[in-house]
Amino acid sequence: MTRTGGRTARLSHHRRREVFWGMACAAPAVLGFLLWQVGPIIGSLYVALTDWRIAARPNWIGLDNFQQILTGDRLFRKSLAVTAYYALGSVPLRLLAAFALAVLLNQKIRGLPIFRTIFYLPSIVPLIASSVLWIWLFNPDFGLLNSILVPLGFPRSQWIYGSSSVIPALILMSLWDVGPMMIIFLAGLQGVPRQFYEAVEIDGGNPWHKMRHVTIPMVTPTILFNLILSVIGTMQTFVQAYVMTEGGPDNASLLYVLYLYNKAFEQSQMGYASALAWILFLIIAGLSVLLFRTSSRWVYYAGR
Amino acid sequence: MSARAASTLGRTGRARLSALGVYLLLLGGSVVMLIPLVWLVRSSFMGLGQIFIFPPEWLPDPWRWDNYPKALTTIPFARYFANTLLILVPTVVGTLLTASLAAFGFSRLQWPGRDWVFGVLLSSLMLPYAVTLIPTFLLWARIGLVNTYWPLVLPDWFGGTIFYVFLLRQFFLTLPRELDEAAIIDGANPLQVLRHVVVPLSRPALITVGIFSALFEWNDFLGPLIYLNDSRQFTLALGLAEFTGLYTSQWHLLMAAATVVIAPVLVLFLFAQRYFIEGITLTGIKA
Repeated sequence: MTRTGGRTARLSHHRRREVFWGMACAAPAVLGFLLWQVGPIIGSLYVALTDWRIAARPNWIGLDNFQQILTGDRLFRKSLAVTAYYALGSVPLRLLAAFALAVLLNQKIRGLPIFRTIFYLPSIVPLIASSVLWIWLFNPDFGLLNSILVPLGFPRSQWIYGSSSVIPALILMSLWDVGPMMIIFLAGLQGVPRQFYEAVEIDGGNPWHKMRHVTIPMVTPTILFNLILSVIGTMQTFVQAYVMTEGGPDNASLLYVLYLYNKAFEQSQMGYASALAWILFLIIAGLSVLLFRTSSRWVYYAGR
Repeated sequence: MSARAASTLGRTGRARLSALGVYLLLLGGSVVMLIPLVWLVRSSFMGLGQIFIFPPEWLPDPWRWDNYPKALTTIPFARYFANTLLILVPTVVGTLLTASLAAFGFSRLQWPGRDWVFGVLLSSLMLPYAVTLIPTFLLWARIGLVNTYWPLVLPDWFGGTIFYVFLLRQFFLTLPRELDEAAIIDGANPLQVLRHVVVPLSRPALITVGIFSALFEWNDFLGPLIYLNDSRQFTLALGLAEFTGLYTSQWHLLMAAATVVIAPVLVLFLFAQRYFIEGITLTGIKA
């Protein structure tokens, strides 16, 4: 009796202090969110409305930065087009490659852990190192790609050194790094109940029917997840362009964040760059909302 | 009977054939994925003369081991390595401490508004880093801490990235609540529950987060690029970029330097692979 009494007393004592402890444990993360996310977002909007430079005192100039970007900035339009081109090429191809690899890995055959390791390996390579490596692979005279392709009869591509081939080259490079996406697809595929496939078999369906009517509908939530994350990530690609091409040749690989970086940290136009950042923010937020909205038409949620 | 046997045979035959097809595709994919790395290592052991032979040769002849010491001394890689660790170690420690604290508060303690607050925090995962970049830099510049490691380390002592809190919380939620209650009945306070019950059971998740955050710091380029201007403070990533700018066309040395930056990460991956896979899988479950 006393024992149970002590027990409930301790638990109820704990319940009273639980609220305090819960908030205390969460406090650093909440503070960090306010300090490193909310604060800077508001700050960014403020800076975007000024002519902030590192050395001089900032002046409030209202929407002038936005007006200049949207009406008179040729490089803004160029960088937006370059980024859209890159994303439209890279995102669908990476989704497709990751999905195809995951389907292959989801077969019941031996040696799968080895293949999974191999396919994931390139994603582990630090971006700066893979950029250095790919500059060399893309070398028009002695690089790996032309060494293989030219003897096979392909024309000698200039890859990152040609203004029409630089973005396709960067898209090709992005296909090397599909590991995390592939693993997420694999988890999605493994969650598809076996009975569904058996039902197709009983109805006399072939592997294509299984893919079309079971696998793809069942992994649409995973596709949406990978799609949104890769759109957000791809729109903000920076290191490759900064290290490999510096935006060239002829601004053909001037990705948006590289342009933003140049404005902010090369020309120290912090106000202008912040306005660029806000425009990117709105574009990415708009795309995410759009993808979520259309998702009700093509994403299948089990149990709904 | 015999017709049935024939059809079974046909089916196993077809299954074998399709298994063969899958293997061929897997092998082809593997070659495509590995060939850039083979090219990297092969170039790192060649002399400059052999690198520029066309058609290319696949094996170094002779093996130029001295590329490595040459690459590692033309630029102070030892210092860059030490600098990288100076950022990496406190960052990982801070992330593990504060992210597990936050994940504990968001999963195993009840308080009003908890899940709502967590949802708000989680929304920052969707936030483009480009938006927070400039004001954060201006803030550090105002305090006068640009060209120190503070801007790269301190933010991670506030729960790290919310992604890590999310991963740990997912894991903590799978542990039975009775364990906490038993400890509380024995007189433990919540911190002791975290320390003696939750943490020991969550070792895989903690290792995963530790690896992810260490990798992020090892690979991070933009952060050091913006905050570090003095080359004596450079990290390996910055050092490699600097090297690339200075020694274009010294491909053998560049590839040796890149190999040195990649090798520790690959070794870590090969030994701790399951933590990567589990960590990423845990993220995908949300979808």
